[in-house]
Amino acid sequence: MQKGVLDVEKIRQDFPILQRKVMGGKPLVYLDNAATTQKPLAVINAISDYYKNYNSNIHRAVHQLAEEATIAYEDTRKKIAKFINAKSTDEIIFTRNTTEAINLVAYSWGRQNVKKDDRIVITEIEHHSNIVPWQILTQEKGAKLEYVGVGDDGYLKMHEYRDCLDSNKVKLVSVSQMSNVLGTITPVDEIIRSSHEKGIPVLIDGAQSVPHMPVDVQKMDCDFMAFSAHKMLGPTGVGVLYVKRDILEKMPPFIGGGDMIKEVHKYETRYNDLPYRFEGGTPNIADVIGFAAAIDYLDNLGMDKVREHEVDITKYALDRISGVKGVTLYGPANVNDRGGVVSFNIGDIHPHDLATIMNDHGVAIRSGHHCAQVLMERLDVAATSRASFYIYNTKQEVDKFIEALNEARRLFKI
Amino acid sequence: MSDDIYREIILDHYRNPRNKGKMPEADVSIHDSNPLCGDEIDIHLRVDGDKIKDIKFEGRGCAISQASASMLTEMVMNKPLTSVKDLTKDDILESIGLLNLGPARIKCALLSLKVLKLGMVKYYADRDPDSAKKLQEDTRAL
Repeated sequence: MQKGVLDVEKIRQDFPILQRKVMGGKPLVYLDNAATTQKPLAVINAISDYYKNYNSNIHRAVHQLAEEATIAYEDTRKKIAKFINAKSTDEIIFTRNTTEAINLVAYSWGRQNVKKDDRIVITEIEHHSNIVPWQILTQEKGAKLEYVGVGDDGYLKMHEYRDCLDSNKVKLVSVSQMSNVLGTITPVDEIIRSSHEKGIPVLIDGAQSVPHMPVDVQKMDCDFMAFSAHKMLGPTGVGVLYVKRDILEKMPPFIGGGDMIKEVHKYETRYNDLPYRFEGGTPNIADVIGFAAAIDYLDNLGMDKVREHEVDITKYALDRISGVKGVTLYGPANVNDRGGVVSFNIGDIHPHDLATIMNDHGVAIRSGHHCAQVLMERLDVAATSRASFYIYNTKQEVDKFIEALNEARRLFKI
Repeated sequence: MSDDIYREIILDHYRNPRNKGKMPEADVSIHDSNPLCGDEIDIHLRVDGDKIKDIKFEGRGCAISQASASMLTEMVMNKPLTSVKDLTKDDILESIGLLNLGPARIKCALLSLKVLKLGMVKYYADRDPDSAKKLQEDTRAL
Protein backbone atom coordinates (compact mmCIF):
# COMPACT_ATOMS: atom_id res chain seq x y z
CA MET A 1 0.00 0.00 0.00
CA GLN A 2 1.20 3.47 -0.84
CA LYS A 3 2.19 5.43 2.28
CA GLY A 4 0.23 8.63 2.55
CA VAL A 5 0.54 11.56 4.86
CA LEU A 6 -0.99 9.53 7.72
CA ASP A 7 -0.04 5.98 8.69
CA VAL A 8 -3.58 4.76 8.11
CA GLU A 9 -2.87 1.08 8.72
CA LYS A 10 -1.50 1.93 12.16
CA ILE A 11 -4.40 4.27 12.87
CA ARG A 12 -6.91 1.54 11.98
CA GLN A 13 -5.48 -0.69 14.71
CA ASP A 14 -6.64 1.86 17.27
CA PHE A 15 -10.31 1.49 16.27
CA PRO A 16 -11.81 -1.80 17.48
CA ILE A 17 -14.97 -1.36 15.39
CA LEU A 18 -12.99 -1.28 12.16
CA GLN A 19 -12.02 -4.92 12.75
CA ARG A 20 -15.63 -6.10 12.74
CA LYS A 21 -17.47 -7.76 9.89
CA VAL A 22 -20.96 -6.83 8.76
CA MET A 23 -23.63 -8.34 6.51
CA GLY A 24 -22.49 -11.91 6.92
CA GLY A 25 -18.72 -11.57 6.93
CA LYS A 26 -17.89 -8.48 4.89
CA PRO A 27 -15.32 -6.03 6.27
CA LEU A 28 -16.94 -2.80 7.39
CA VAL A 29 -16.28 0.10 5.02
CA TYR A 30 -17.41 3.03 7.12
CA LEU A 31 -18.05 6.10 4.98
CA ASP A 32 -20.56 7.93 7.15
CA ASN A 33 -18.12 10.07 9.08
CA ALA A 34 -19.92 13.35 8.54
CA ALA A 35 -22.77 11.84 10.61
CA THR A 36 -20.50 10.52 13.35
CA THR A 37 -16.99 9.14 13.47
CA GLN A 38 -15.79 5.93 15.09
CA LYS A 39 -14.01 6.04 18.43
CA PRO A 40 -10.43 4.98 19.14
CA LEU A 41 -9.75 2.67 22.07
CA ALA A 42 -8.16 5.56 23.97
CA VAL A 43 -11.54 7.34 24.08
CA ILE A 44 -13.46 4.20 25.06
CA ASN A 45 -10.91 3.47 27.79
CA ALA A 46 -10.98 7.01 29.15
CA ILE A 47 -14.74 6.75 29.63
CA SER A 48 -14.65 3.35 31.30
CA ASP A 49 -11.65 4.39 33.43
CA TYR A 50 -13.72 7.27 34.82
CA TYR A 51 -16.65 4.98 35.67
CA LYS A 52 -14.40 2.26 37.07
CA ASN A 53 -12.02 4.38 39.08
CA TYR A 54 -13.16 7.91 39.90
CA ASN A 55 -16.86 8.25 39.08
CA SER A 56 -18.11 11.21 41.06
CA ASN A 57 -19.97 14.47 40.61
CA ILE A 58 -17.83 17.50 39.94
CA HIS A 59 -17.24 21.03 41.24
CA ARG A 60 -18.76 20.51 44.70
CA ALA A 61 -17.69 17.61 46.88
CA VAL A 62 -14.30 17.75 48.52
CA HIS A 63 -13.50 14.04 48.54
CA GLN A 64 -10.72 12.61 46.39
CA LEU A 65 -12.92 11.13 43.68
CA ALA A 66 -14.68 14.45 43.12
CA GLU A 67 -11.38 16.22 42.92
CA GLU A 68 -10.02 13.78 40.34
CA ALA A 69 -13.19 13.96 38.26
CA THR A 70 -13.23 17.77 38.41
CA ILE A 71 -9.61 17.95 37.30
CA ALA A 72 -10.22 15.56 34.39
CA TYR A 73 -13.38 17.44 33.32
CA GLU A 74 -11.63 20.82 33.45
CA ASP A 75 -8.58 19.40 31.67
CA THR A 76 -10.79 18.73 28.68
CA ARG A 77 -11.82 22.39 28.68
CA LYS A 78 -8.16 23.41 28.64
CA LYS A 79 -7.41 21.03 25.78
CA ILE A 80 -10.33 22.36 23.73
CA ALA A 81 -9.32 25.97 24.34
CA LYS A 82 -5.85 25.13 23.09
CA PHE A 83 -7.17 23.03 20.18
CA ILE A 84 -9.18 25.92 18.70
CA ASN A 85 -6.81 28.57 20.14
CA ALA A 86 -9.35 30.33 22.36
CA LYS A 87 -7.90 33.08 24.54
CA SER A 88 -9.23 31.55 27.74
CA THR A 89 -10.91 28.41 29.07
CA ASP A 90 -13.69 30.71 30.34
CA GLU A 91 -14.85 30.99 26.74
CA ILE A 92 -15.51 27.24 26.37
CA ILE A 93 -18.98 26.02 27.33
CA PHE A 94 -19.97 22.36 27.29
CA THR A 95 -23.32 21.53 25.73
CA ARG A 96 -24.89 18.28 24.50
CA ASN A 97 -24.04 18.92 20.85
CA THR A 98 -23.75 21.59 18.16
CA THR A 99 -27.52 21.93 18.04
CA GLU A 100 -27.73 22.77 21.74
CA ALA A 101 -24.81 25.17 21.43
CA ILE A 102 -26.56 27.14 18.67
CA ASN A 103 -29.82 27.06 20.62
CA LEU A 104 -27.98 28.44 23.64
CA VAL A 105 -26.92 31.45 21.58
CA ALA A 106 -30.42 31.88 20.14
CA TYR A 107 -32.18 31.68 23.50
CA SER A 108 -29.66 33.65 25.55
CA TRP A 109 -27.92 36.17 23.31
CA GLY A 110 -30.68 36.18 20.70
CA ARG A 111 -33.56 36.91 23.04
CA GLN A 112 -31.61 39.74 24.60
CA ASN A 113 -30.38 41.35 21.40
CA VAL A 114 -32.81 40.64 18.57
CA LYS A 115 -35.82 42.94 18.33
CA LYS A 116 -38.79 43.39 16.02
CA ASP A 117 -37.83 43.93 12.34
CA ASP A 118 -34.20 42.99 13.00
CA ARG A 119 -32.58 40.49 10.65
CA ILE A 120 -30.56 37.35 11.07
CA VAL A 121 -28.55 36.20 8.06
CA ILE A 122 -27.88 32.51 7.37
CA THR A 123 -27.24 30.57 4.15
CA GLU A 124 -28.92 27.93 2.02
CA ILE A 125 -26.29 25.35 2.92
CA GLU A 126 -27.10 25.31 6.63
CA HIS A 127 -27.92 22.20 8.64
CA HIS A 128 -31.33 22.28 10.34
CA SER A 129 -29.50 23.03 13.60
CA ASN A 130 -28.48 26.40 12.17
CA ILE A 131 -31.92 27.16 10.70
CA VAL A 132 -34.64 26.12 13.14
CA PRO A 133 -33.33 27.99 16.24
CA TRP A 134 -33.31 31.20 14.17
CA GLN A 135 -36.80 30.52 12.82
CA ILE A 136 -38.03 30.13 16.39
CA LEU A 137 -36.26 33.31 17.52
CA THR A 138 -37.28 35.49 14.58
CA GLN A 139 -40.89 34.30 14.79
CA GLU A 140 -40.99 35.07 18.50
CA LYS A 141 -39.51 38.53 18.02
CA GLY A 142 -41.16 39.52 14.75
CA ALA A 143 -37.70 39.64 13.19
CA LYS A 144 -36.71 38.40 9.73
CA LEU A 145 -34.55 35.49 8.61
CA GLU A 146 -32.55 36.06 5.42
CA TYR A 147 -30.71 33.51 3.31
CA VAL A 148 -27.54 33.87 1.30
CA GLY A 149 -27.96 31.61 -1.72
CA VAL A 150 -25.65 28.91 -3.00
CA GLY A 151 -24.72 28.65 -6.68
CA ASP A 152 -24.92 25.53 -8.83
CA ASP A 153 -21.15 25.31 -8.44
CA GLY A 154 -21.56 24.78 -4.67
CA TYR A 155 -20.15 28.18 -3.65
CA LEU A 156 -22.01 30.79 -1.60
CA LYS A 157 -23.26 33.77 -3.59
CA MET A 158 -21.13 36.34 -1.85
CA HIS A 159 -22.77 39.26 -3.66
CA GLU A 160 -26.03 38.28 -1.96
CA TYR A 161 -24.22 38.29 1.34
CA ARG A 162 -22.87 41.78 0.75
CA ASP A 163 -26.37 42.93 -0.24
CA CYS A 164 -27.77 41.50 3.01
CA LEU A 165 -25.24 43.48 5.02
CA ASP A 166 -26.38 46.74 3.39
CA SER A 167 -29.36 46.73 5.71
CA ASN A 168 -28.59 48.27 9.07
CA LYS A 169 -31.05 45.84 10.66
CA VAL A 170 -28.78 42.76 10.64
CA LYS A 171 -28.07 41.62 14.20
CA LEU A 172 -26.26 38.33 13.56
CA VAL A 173 -24.69 36.31 10.77
CA SER A 174 -24.64 32.55 11.35
CA VAL A 175 -22.90 30.34 8.83
CA SER A 176 -21.40 26.90 8.53
CA GLN A 177 -17.66 26.69 7.86
CA MET A 178 -18.13 23.45 5.95
CA SER A 179 -21.30 22.12 4.34
CA ASN A 180 -22.25 18.63 5.52
CA VAL A 181 -23.77 17.94 2.08
CA LEU A 182 -21.71 19.79 -0.51
CA GLY A 183 -18.49 19.78 1.46
CA THR A 184 -18.08 23.46 0.55
CA ILE A 185 -15.59 25.28 2.75
CA THR A 186 -17.08 28.74 3.11
CA PRO A 187 -15.00 31.95 3.08
CA VAL A 188 -15.45 32.60 6.80
CA ASP A 189 -12.55 35.07 7.03
CA GLU A 190 -14.16 37.31 4.45
CA ILE A 191 -17.63 36.81 5.96
CA ILE A 192 -16.42 37.74 9.44
CA ARG A 193 -14.34 40.70 8.26
CA SER A 194 -17.18 42.31 6.34
CA SER A 195 -19.68 41.65 9.15
CA HIS A 196 -17.39 43.18 11.73
CA GLU A 197 -16.97 46.28 9.57
CA LYS A 198 -20.67 46.83 10.26
CA GLY A 199 -20.40 45.79 13.90
CA ILE A 200 -22.32 42.55 13.35
CA PRO A 201 -21.26 39.46 15.30
CA VAL A 202 -20.80 36.12 13.51
CA LEU A 203 -21.56 32.58 14.64
CA ILE A 204 -19.62 29.81 12.91
CA ASP A 205 -21.13 26.32 12.80
CA GLY A 206 -17.94 24.30 13.04
CA ALA A 207 -19.56 20.86 13.31
CA GLN A 208 -17.97 19.74 10.03
CA SER A 209 -14.86 21.94 9.98
CA VAL A 210 -13.33 21.61 13.46
CA PRO A 211 -12.97 17.80 13.13
CA HIS A 212 -11.32 17.99 9.73
CA MET A 213 -8.99 21.01 9.50
CA PRO A 214 -6.97 23.37 11.66
CA VAL A 215 -9.30 26.00 13.17
CA ASP A 216 -8.09 29.06 15.05
CA VAL A 217 -10.93 31.11 16.55
CA GLN A 218 -8.70 34.09 17.36
CA LYS A 219 -7.26 34.31 13.88
CA MET A 220 -10.69 33.80 12.35
CA ASP A 221 -12.09 36.32 14.84
CA CYS A 222 -15.54 34.68 15.03
CA ASP A 223 -17.75 35.69 17.95
CA PHE A 224 -19.41 32.31 18.48
CA MET A 225 -18.44 28.84 17.35
CA ALA A 226 -20.26 25.54 17.86
CA PHE A 227 -19.10 21.97 17.29
CA SER A 228 -19.65 18.39 18.48
CA ALA A 229 -17.29 15.83 20.03
CA HIS A 230 -18.83 12.82 18.30
CA LYS A 231 -17.86 14.01 14.84
CA MET A 232 -14.19 14.11 15.87
CA LEU A 233 -13.53 10.71 17.49
CA GLY A 234 -15.21 11.72 20.76
CA PRO A 235 -18.35 10.40 22.43
CA THR A 236 -21.91 11.45 21.65
CA GLY A 237 -23.58 13.83 24.08
CA VAL A 238 -20.84 16.47 24.19
CA GLY A 239 -20.87 19.70 22.27
CA VAL A 240 -18.84 22.86 22.60
CA LEU A 241 -19.84 26.49 22.38
CA TYR A 242 -17.05 29.02 22.11
CA VAL A 243 -18.04 32.63 22.79
CA LYS A 244 -15.77 35.67 22.93
CA ARG A 245 -15.45 36.72 26.53
CA ASP A 246 -16.82 40.26 26.23
CA ILE A 247 -20.00 38.89 24.62
CA LEU A 248 -20.32 35.98 27.02
CA GLU A 249 -20.10 38.27 30.04
CA LYS A 250 -23.25 40.08 28.97
CA MET A 251 -25.25 36.97 28.08
CA PRO A 252 -28.08 35.92 30.42
CA PRO A 253 -28.14 32.26 31.56
CA PHE A 254 -29.83 29.68 29.35
CA ILE A 255 -30.54 26.77 31.69
CA GLY A 256 -31.19 27.55 35.34
CA GLY A 257 -30.39 25.07 38.09
CA GLY A 258 -27.51 23.53 39.96
CA ASP A 259 -23.87 24.30 39.21
CA MET A 260 -24.67 27.53 37.36
CA ILE A 261 -25.26 29.50 40.59
CA LYS A 262 -23.27 31.15 43.34
CA GLU A 263 -26.12 31.78 45.75
CA VAL A 264 -29.80 30.99 45.52
CA HIS A 265 -32.34 32.78 47.73
CA LYS A 266 -36.10 32.55 47.70
CA TYR A 267 -36.64 35.12 44.97
CA GLU A 268 -33.25 35.83 43.54
CA THR A 269 -30.06 34.13 42.48
CA ARG A 270 -26.47 35.20 42.00
CA TYR A 271 -25.12 33.38 39.01
CA ASN A 272 -21.82 31.58 38.86
CA ASP A 273 -18.72 32.83 37.05
CA LEU A 274 -17.93 32.03 33.42
CA PRO A 275 -18.20 29.48 31.94
CA TYR A 276 -20.13 27.61 34.67
CA ARG A 277 -23.03 30.05 34.45
CA PHE A 278 -23.99 28.32 31.23
CA GLU A 279 -23.65 24.73 32.42
CA GLY A 280 -26.71 24.20 34.59
CA GLY A 281 -27.17 20.75 36.11
CA THR A 282 -24.76 17.81 36.31
CA PRO A 283 -23.00 17.73 32.97
CA ASN A 284 -22.01 14.72 30.88
CA ILE A 285 -18.85 14.17 32.90
CA ALA A 286 -17.77 10.80 31.51
CA ASP A 287 -18.10 11.82 27.89
CA VAL A 288 -16.41 15.18 28.39
CA ILE A 289 -13.48 13.25 29.88
CA GLY A 290 -13.60 10.87 26.92
CA PHE A 291 -13.49 13.84 24.56
CA ALA A 292 -10.08 14.83 25.96
CA ALA A 293 -8.65 11.54 24.69
CA ALA A 294 -10.07 12.31 21.24
CA ILE A 295 -8.43 15.74 21.21
CA ASP A 296 -5.12 14.18 22.25
CA TYR A 297 -5.45 11.67 19.43
CA LEU A 298 -6.07 14.35 16.80
CA ASP A 299 -3.35 16.59 18.25
CA ASN A 300 -0.86 13.76 17.94
CA LEU A 301 -1.73 13.30 14.28
CA GLY A 302 -1.75 17.05 13.61
CA MET A 303 -4.80 18.71 12.10
CA ASP A 304 -2.86 19.88 9.05
CA LYS A 305 -2.08 16.23 8.30
CA VAL A 306 -5.68 15.19 8.90
CA ARG A 307 -6.74 17.76 6.34
CA GLU A 308 -4.04 16.70 3.89
CA HIS A 309 -5.10 13.04 4.14
CA GLU A 310 -8.72 13.97 3.49
CA VAL A 311 -7.88 16.13 0.49
CA ASP A 312 -5.94 13.19 -0.92
CA ILE A 313 -8.67 10.59 -0.42
CA THR A 314 -11.44 12.97 -1.51
CA LYS A 315 -9.57 13.77 -4.70
CA TYR A 316 -9.20 10.05 -5.39
CA ALA A 317 -12.90 9.44 -4.69
CA LEU A 318 -14.00 12.33 -6.92
CA ASP A 319 -11.76 11.09 -9.74
CA ARG A 320 -13.11 7.56 -9.52
CA ILE A 321 -16.79 8.42 -9.10
CA SER A 322 -16.73 10.87 -12.04
CA GLY A 323 -15.95 7.86 -14.22
CA VAL A 324 -19.13 6.04 -13.17
CA LYS A 325 -21.93 6.28 -15.72
CA GLY A 326 -25.02 8.18 -14.63
CA VAL A 327 -23.49 9.96 -11.62
CA THR A 328 -24.38 13.55 -10.74
CA LEU A 329 -21.97 15.15 -8.25
CA TYR A 330 -22.79 18.06 -5.95
CA GLY A 331 -20.42 20.63 -4.49
CA PRO A 332 -17.28 22.46 -5.61
CA ALA A 333 -15.19 20.73 -8.27
CA ASN A 334 -11.96 22.02 -6.70
CA VAL A 335 -10.99 19.62 -3.92
CA ASN A 336 -9.14 22.39 -2.09
CA ASP A 337 -12.45 24.16 -1.50
CA ARG A 338 -14.22 21.18 0.00
CA GLY A 339 -14.04 18.80 2.91
CA GLY A 340 -14.02 15.02 2.79
CA VAL A 341 -17.62 14.76 1.71
CA VAL A 342 -18.87 13.43 -1.63
CA SER A 343 -22.60 13.86 -2.28
CA PHE A 344 -24.11 12.44 -5.44
CA ASN A 345 -27.02 10.82 -7.20
CA ILE A 346 -26.90 8.08 -9.79
CA GLY A 347 -29.49 7.62 -12.53
CA ASP A 348 -32.97 7.24 -11.11
CA ILE A 349 -31.80 5.22 -8.11
CA HIS A 350 -33.17 6.77 -4.96
CA PRO A 351 -30.42 7.28 -2.35
CA HIS A 352 -32.18 4.98 0.09
CA ASP A 353 -32.22 2.18 -2.41
CA LEU A 354 -28.57 2.85 -3.15
CA ALA A 355 -27.64 2.80 0.55
CA THR A 356 -29.45 -0.53 0.93
CA ILE A 357 -27.46 -2.05 -1.93
CA MET A 358 -24.20 -0.57 -0.60
CA ASN A 359 -24.97 -2.04 2.80
CA ASP A 360 -25.08 -5.51 1.25
CA HIS A 361 -21.41 -4.96 0.42
CA GLY A 362 -20.54 -3.75 3.90
CA VAL A 363 -20.29 -0.15 2.70
CA ALA A 364 -21.93 2.31 5.10
CA ILE A 365 -22.95 5.56 3.40
CA ARG A 366 -25.61 8.07 4.31
CA SER A 367 -28.67 8.74 2.23
CA GLY A 368 -31.41 11.28 2.65
CA HIS A 369 -31.71 15.01 3.12
CA HIS A 370 -28.83 15.15 5.65
CA CYS A 371 -30.79 17.55 7.85
CA ALA A 372 -30.43 20.14 5.08
CA GLN A 373 -33.86 20.25 3.44
CA VAL A 374 -33.48 23.92 2.49
CA LEU A 375 -30.42 22.93 0.45
CA MET A 376 -32.23 19.88 -1.00
CA GLU A 377 -35.00 22.19 -2.24
CA ARG A 378 -32.39 24.50 -3.71
CA LEU A 379 -30.73 21.57 -5.52
CA ASP A 380 -34.22 20.37 -6.49
CA VAL A 381 -33.58 16.84 -5.27
CA ALA A 382 -35.46 14.86 -2.63
CA ALA A 383 -32.27 13.38 -1.28
CA THR A 384 -28.65 12.60 -2.07
CA SER A 385 -26.24 9.83 -1.22
CA ARG A 386 -23.16 10.85 0.70
CA ALA A 387 -19.82 9.22 1.33
CA SER A 388 -17.69 11.01 3.91
CA PHE A 389 -14.15 10.22 4.96
CA TYR A 390 -11.93 10.41 7.99
CA ILE A 391 -8.43 9.58 9.18
CA TYR A 392 -8.88 5.81 8.97
CA ASN A 393 -10.30 5.54 5.45
CA THR A 394 -8.19 4.10 2.65
CA LYS A 395 -8.21 4.28 -1.14
CA GLN A 396 -8.96 0.55 -1.16
CA GLU A 397 -12.17 1.37 0.67
CA VAL A 398 -12.99 3.95 -1.98
CA ASP A 399 -12.48 1.16 -4.55
CA LYS A 400 -14.96 -1.06 -2.69
CA PHE A 401 -17.42 1.81 -2.62
CA ILE A 402 -17.08 2.20 -6.40
CA GLU A 403 -17.57 -1.56 -6.88
CA ALA A 404 -20.75 -1.44 -4.85
CA LEU A 405 -21.90 1.54 -6.88
CA ASN A 406 -21.44 -0.45 -10.06
CA GLU A 407 -23.40 -3.31 -8.54
CA ALA A 408 -26.28 -0.88 -7.92
CA ARG A 409 -26.09 0.18 -11.57
CA ARG A 410 -26.36 -3.45 -12.60
CA LEU A 411 -29.43 -4.08 -10.41
CA PHE A 412 -31.17 -0.96 -11.66
CA LYS A 413 -30.03 -1.54 -15.24
CA ILE A 414 -28.39 1.85 -15.66
CA MET B 1 -30.42 -9.03 0.07
CA SER B 2 -30.73 -6.46 -2.68
CA ASP B 3 -31.20 -8.98 -5.47
CA ASP B 4 -34.42 -10.10 -3.77
CA ILE B 5 -35.63 -6.58 -3.21
CA TYR B 6 -34.94 -4.89 -6.51
CA ARG B 7 -36.70 -7.42 -8.70
CA GLU B 8 -38.08 -6.64 -12.13
CA ILE B 9 -41.59 -6.03 -10.81
CA ILE B 10 -40.44 -3.47 -8.23
CA LEU B 11 -38.37 -1.61 -10.80
CA ASP B 12 -41.30 -1.73 -13.23
CA HIS B 13 -43.73 -0.19 -10.73
CA TYR B 14 -41.05 2.35 -9.73
CA ARG B 15 -40.42 3.46 -13.29
CA ASN B 16 -43.96 3.00 -14.63
CA PRO B 17 -46.19 3.70 -11.65
CA ARG B 18 -49.87 2.75 -12.00
CA ASN B 19 -52.64 5.12 -10.95
CA LYS B 20 -50.26 7.98 -10.38
CA GLY B 21 -51.49 11.54 -10.68
CA LYS B 22 -53.83 14.18 -9.38
CA MET B 23 -57.57 13.79 -8.71
CA PRO B 24 -59.27 17.19 -8.45
CA GLU B 25 -62.70 15.69 -7.66
CA ALA B 26 -61.46 13.37 -4.90
CA ASP B 27 -63.67 12.65 -1.90
CA VAL B 28 -60.61 12.35 0.32
CA SER B 29 -57.02 13.46 -0.18
CA ILE B 30 -54.31 12.86 2.35
CA HIS B 31 -50.56 13.37 2.58
CA ASP B 32 -47.88 11.90 4.78
CA SER B 33 -44.12 11.51 4.72
CA ASN B 34 -41.46 9.37 6.23
CA PRO B 35 -39.13 11.73 8.08
CA LEU B 36 -36.37 9.12 8.09
CA CYS B 37 -36.06 8.97 4.33
CA GLY B 38 -38.08 11.93 3.16
CA ASP B 39 -40.38 9.66 1.14
CA GLU B 40 -43.66 11.42 0.40
CA ILE B 41 -47.03 10.00 -0.59
CA ASP B 42 -50.38 11.65 -1.35
CA ILE B 43 -53.39 9.43 -1.82
CA HIS B 44 -56.67 10.55 -3.42
CA LEU B 45 -59.85 8.49 -3.13
CA ARG B 46 -63.26 8.50 -4.73
CA VAL B 47 -65.74 6.48 -2.81
CA ASP B 48 -69.00 5.17 -4.26
CA GLY B 49 -71.29 3.65 -1.66
CA ASP B 50 -69.09 1.21 0.12
CA LYS B 51 -66.56 0.84 -2.67
CA ILE B 52 -63.32 2.55 -3.66
CA LYS B 53 -64.35 3.78 -7.06
CA ASP B 54 -61.04 5.37 -7.93
CA ILE B 55 -57.64 5.80 -6.29
CA LYS B 56 -54.63 7.80 -7.35
CA PHE B 57 -51.33 8.53 -5.70
CA GLU B 58 -48.67 11.16 -5.99
CA GLY B 59 -45.29 11.01 -4.40
CA ARG B 60 -41.58 10.95 -4.52
CA GLY B 61 -39.11 8.72 -2.80
CA CYS B 62 -37.29 5.44 -3.03
CA ALA B 63 -38.18 2.53 -5.29
CA ILE B 64 -39.67 0.60 -2.39
CA SER B 65 -42.02 3.37 -1.27
CA GLN B 66 -43.13 4.32 -4.77
CA ALA B 67 -43.49 0.79 -6.13
CA SER B 68 -45.46 -0.34 -3.11
CA ALA B 69 -47.76 2.67 -3.45
CA SER B 70 -48.34 1.80 -7.07
CA MET B 71 -49.07 -1.84 -6.22
CA LEU B 72 -51.35 -0.84 -3.36
CA THR B 73 -53.52 1.23 -5.66
CA GLU B 74 -53.98 -1.81 -7.91
CA MET B 75 -54.82 -3.96 -4.91
CA VAL B 76 -57.62 -1.77 -3.60
CA MET B 77 -59.11 -0.36 -6.80
CA ASN B 78 -62.85 -1.18 -6.93
CA LYS B 79 -62.64 -3.06 -3.65
CA PRO B 80 -65.17 -2.63 -0.83
CA LEU B 81 -64.02 -0.29 1.93
CA THR B 82 -64.70 -2.96 4.54
CA SER B 83 -62.03 -5.24 3.09
CA VAL B 84 -59.54 -2.42 2.56
CA LYS B 85 -60.10 -1.31 6.15
CA ASP B 86 -58.72 -4.58 7.48
CA LEU B 87 -55.59 -4.75 5.32
CA THR B 88 -52.60 -5.51 7.50
CA LYS B 89 -48.92 -4.82 7.24
CA ASP B 90 -48.25 -8.46 6.34
CA ASP B 91 -50.91 -8.39 3.61
CA ILE B 92 -48.98 -5.62 1.90
CA LEU B 93 -45.50 -7.02 2.39
CA GLU B 94 -46.63 -10.39 1.14
CA SER B 95 -48.38 -9.14 -1.96
CA ILE B 96 -45.47 -6.93 -2.99
CA GLY B 97 -43.07 -9.75 -2.20
CA LEU B 98 -40.94 -7.83 0.27
CA LEU B 99 -41.12 -9.95 3.41
CA ASN B 100 -37.39 -9.74 4.06
CA LEU B 101 -37.00 -5.99 4.45
CA GLY B 102 -34.92 -4.73 7.35
CA PRO B 103 -36.49 -2.44 9.95
CA ALA B 104 -35.00 0.66 8.34
CA ARG B 105 -36.68 0.00 5.00
CA ILE B 106 -39.97 -1.53 6.11
CA LYS B 107 -41.35 1.95 6.78
CA CYS B 108 -40.76 2.79 3.11
CA ALA B 109 -42.86 -0.18 2.04
CA LEU B 110 -45.67 0.62 4.47
CA LEU B 111 -45.92 4.37 3.96
CA SER B 112 -48.63 4.11 1.31
CA LEU B 113 -50.73 1.78 3.48
CA LYS B 114 -50.39 4.26 6.31
CA VAL B 115 -51.52 7.12 4.08
CA LEU B 116 -54.43 5.06 2.74
CA LYS B 117 -55.56 4.25 6.26
CA LEU B 118 -55.22 7.90 7.29
CA GLY B 119 -57.38 8.77 4.29
CA MET B 120 -60.00 6.33 5.47
CA VAL B 121 -59.83 7.80 8.97
CA LYS B 122 -60.74 11.12 7.38
CA TYR B 123 -63.52 9.49 5.36
CA TYR B 124 -65.01 7.67 8.34
CA ALA B 125 -64.57 10.54 10.81
CA ASP B 126 -68.23 11.64 10.70
CA ARG B 127 -69.75 8.59 9.04
CA ASP B 128 -68.48 5.90 11.38
CA PRO B 129 -66.43 7.25 14.29
CA ASP B 130 -65.71 3.77 15.67
CA SER B 131 -64.07 2.59 12.44
CA ALA B 132 -62.18 5.87 12.24
CA LYS B 133 -60.84 5.30 15.72
CA LYS B 134 -59.76 1.75 14.97
CA LEU B 135 -58.05 2.80 11.73
CA GLN B 136 -56.26 5.59 13.55
CA GLU B 137 -54.90 3.02 15.98
CA ASP B 138 -53.83 0.79 13.07
CA THR B 139 -51.75 3.58 11.58
CA ARG B 140 -49.75 3.95 14.79
CA ALA B 141 -48.44 0.41 14.34
CA LEU B 142 -47.27 1.13 10.78
